Amino acid sequence: MRLAILGGGPAGLYSGLVIKKAQPTHDITIFERNPADVTYGWGVVFSDRTLASFQRADYSSYERIAERFVIWDAIDICYRGEKIRCGGHIISGISRKTLLNILQGRCRELGVTLHFDQEIIAPEKLTGYDLVIAADGVNSVARRTFAEQFQPSITLGKAKYIWLGAEKVLDAFTFIFQQNEHGLFQVHAYPFSGTTSTFLIECDDATWRNAGLDLASETESLDYCQRLLTPYLDGARLLSNNSRWISFSTLKTKHWRYRNMVLLGDAAHTAHFSIGSGTKLAMEDAIALAGALEQHTDLEDALNAYELERRPVIEVFQRAAAESQSYFETTRRYLGLEPVPFAFQLLTRSGRITYDDLRFRDVRFGELVDRWFSQQPRAVFTPPPVFMPYHLRGLTLVNRIAFSLDSQNGEMYDASPNGIPGDSYRQQAIHFAQRNVGLLLTGPVAISAGGRITPDSLGLYDREQLAVWGYLVEQVHARSGAKIALCLNHAGRRGATRPRSEGVDRPLREGGWPLLAPSALAYSSSSQLPRAMEREDMQRVREEFVHATQFARDAGFDMLQLSMAHGYLLASFLSPLTNQRDDDYGGSLNNRLRFPLEIAQAVRAIWPVDKPLSVALTASDCVKGGLTTDEAVEIARILKDDGCDIIQVQIGQTTPESEPPYGRGFLTSYSEQLRNEAGIPTIVGGYLTTSNEINTILAAGRADICIVDSQS
Amino acid sequence: MRVGVGLPSGIPGANRELVLEWARLADEGPFSSLGVIDRLVYESYDPLMTLAVVAGATSRITLATIIVTGPLHNNALLAKSAATLDALSGGRLVLGLAIGARKEDYEAAGVDYHDRGRRLTEQLVTLRSLWEEGSISPPTTTSRGPNLLIGGLSDRGYARMARYADGYVHGGGPPRSFARAADKARAAWRDMGRPGHPRLWAQAYFALGDDATIETGRRVMRDYYAFLGAFAGRIASELLVTPQAIAQFLRGYEEAGCDELVLFPAIPHIGQMQQLADVLIGLGRSGL
Repeated sequence: MRLAILGGGPAGLYSGLVIKKAQPTHDITIFERNPADVTYGWGVVFSDRTLASFQRADYSSYERIAERFVIWDAIDICYRGEKIRCGGHIISGISRKTLLNILQGRCRELGVTLHFDQEIIAPEKLTGYDLVIAADGVNSVARRTFAEQFQPSITLGKAKYIWLGAEKVLDAFTFIFQQNEHGLFQVHAYPFSGTTSTFLIECDDATWRNAGLDLASETESLDYCQRLLTPYLDGARLLSNNSRWISFSTLKTKHWRYRNMVLLGDAAHTAHFSIGSGTKLAMEDAIALAGALEQHTDLEDALNAYELERRPVIEVFQRAAAESQSYFETTRRYLGLEPVPFAFQLLTRSGRITYDDLRFRDVRFGELVDRWFSQQPRAVFTPPPVFMPYHLRGLTLVNRIAFSLDSQNGEMYDASPNGIPGDSYRQQAIHFAQRNVGLLLTGPVAISAGGRITPDSLGLYDREQLAVWGYLVEQVHARSGAKIALCLNHAGRRGATRPRSEGVDRPLREGGWPLLAPSALAYSSSSQLPRAMEREDMQRVREEFVHATQFARDAGFDMLQLSMAHGYLLASFLSPLTNQRDDDYGGSLNNRLRFPLEIAQAVRAIWPVDKPLSVALTASDCVKGGLTTDEAVEIARILKDDGCDIIQVQIGQTTPESEPPYGRGFLTSYSEQLRNEAGIPTIVGGYLTTSNEINTILAAGRADICIVDSQS
Repeated sequence: MRVGVGLPSGIPGANRELVLEWARLADEGPFSSLGVIDRLVYESYDPLMTLAVVAGATSRITLATIIVTGPLHNNALLAKSAATLDALSGGRLVLGLAIGARKEDYEAAGVDYHDRGRRLTEQLVTLRSLWEEGSISPPTTTSRGPNLLIGGLSDRGYARMARYADGYVHGGGPPRSFARAADKARAAWRDMGRPGHPRLWAQAYFALGDDATIETGRRVMRDYYAFLGAFAGRIASELLVTPQAIAQFLRGYEEAGCDELVLFPAIPHIGQMQQLADVLIGLGRSGL
């Protein structure tokens, strides 16, 4: 078989090498547009797992690479003048130039033909080859020639970055967060030879322009960075290698092959540099392609198998890279965090590394995190974050674990006619209170009969209910250390439905009651049409909330929560999809918030000063045209100013079309944004079942209290 | 976790005698359910008709479609067939529905392929309502009608599952892929405030015997999934071919919270089911 490989970077060379090694009779030619000894970029990094795969694929080149490696195991995070170190991350770096020399040499040994100074500008005219491997990088000529067939899509990152070197030895992968009068700069620096390190410097567009870097020459840019990083360079000079400021392009390609042409490495996909995996992924692609070509006699089968094997891996990395990229694009959000949680948040940003992982890798770092979280810097040992108490106004929770008593946690309670909690509900409350839970949440409790979701909904609007709730609260307090929060709700247009055991939002066939909503829009095509609320309705609902709050106080609840989520009455005022009023209560965000805010203020005014008020808030409608997370942040800020102490983060259910990305921890990123941008504590659930998930969330400052789900 | 066995009706080579004998033997245990798969443009039996036939030859075992390509069917007719099967089998039907993966099935049935997701959602609502109203079907054994499961979900589809169905059917793969899907299903279920848990079903293929038998099984898999291109090879390589592999697979699914795992034969031979029964009994899974 005759193969042409376009591009003589690590991707092209390594595929030539491993294919030739497996099938020496193949005739392989690599075309590279640059001369043999010209290279851009400084060092590249590999994890120990990647090295193991190189070892299996070609021991000879692995050995030569390993000889030239710089291996280190620590990550340093320089922030607010402090340096936080976390060890146990085995990473190795090598100069890109050395790597290319090794691979070129190994290709020659095996009999791969190398043509330098020869760019294939018209790949469609490349005839006489059974297979053409396009490994010609993110700007691949081959991919662009057949763009219609490959269907690439490129997303430009929001930040600007420049790739510099320095004659400086580092003993760790180093992140530097440096602020000056122009803005915030982030540096990713790592060693790659005995004497030199890579310094990749990144900032947002505004900072870049403020600093005049948009107009700066190569030398001016270099001088600016030199000044910026003086405290970290210890006199070393930064070096430029034709370096320019660019934006990172994330490339995804719908098809990886067309006719006898296949894309490989950066020509097919890119993943943000902050997870350091471009070269690694390209070389692993090469190994997979060589394996597929060896295994399948039919070329099409082989290319299919290659794509099938690699695509899921690439997608996983691209997802992690996107998380990481978004972190570095929004670092500003975390500048309120102290150095320890800032470092922890950075290390756990992509979701692949958890609290337990970090503790396993570096127990000293793990204990540093625990000590910081417990605010006992001099303690020898402290409990992990989940077991630290939490204080809010006069309330103290024994730990950060919350448990919701609604049917979500797998229990089907006995029917509770007239909104009265039944024995099974009370027993469940005590049962969980005694399982070392800090906070119990009641689940939605109706403020009036008209505000119920189903005929079985719990309520707190008459004296009989008050007596039973009062007894329940008393029992919880008497028999456990747990506190209990009452979650007040009006179902709005999601009312008068059948029990959820029969499905969700299915209207009652008989015995329904009239529904209220900001606008006369039915929840679904089969739902009852609600009446658009008049001023009198709003007055009445406000009184019902106040009345229920008085009862909550009398019943002895420790915390009160108002529901402004999941498409119930107050949430439907917030969403532009469900609130189409043209009076003072519709339109702008402030107008849509007006009624929910009036209720929060009225409730706060009579709720005891030493007890916290919580709001369950929609952080995104998860449907086109709905409430956005940025709007939710604004709402959270306003609520905070009006005496709301904590937000429980929820998403979706605004309309039946809301489709949240369900899965383990699906609410965490929303909680993190609300907490850090609005500066308000948060409660988050989202199917969390392990202490590791909860410790990771707490230590990274993504929430303050976590709702656990029992797994079975 | 309960373990069911698939009927060989979805692969070429099964006849009346095999299907009936398979069903009768399975009814004696240790299996808790009989599963059928659906594919229109292929040499296979219709899933609901097959279940109707074996319903008469069995008395205990659950009858499950894993799955029926819902949007190919008219809602009212499907409601009536399923209600009939439910009533005449004594409430043993579990109706798994999915959009299916084969465009040619839609073309053959004259149904719009691109609209299939919306049609399935509407179908779930309609079936339940028709059964509850009872206007076009016999009374079902429970007033709600048979349990509805959805299979083949995209990432965003779990909201629909939790809203309209009783559970989820996983399409296959190693235990950890099931575990991820199960987490999504449970997260959606709890977020929607549904009591209890979503019913979680899954399926896999097996072929037990000598090397030649196993190779035949792999060939059947490659042929059945040929429309998936090279992925067919991966499915064939995941075929369960030893008691050890079955033991570990069951353990993995059980730990991930699977309620019912249905093992489908890759080879239409009664000996396959008997061998599988022996494996289960050997694993202490002889209970019904």
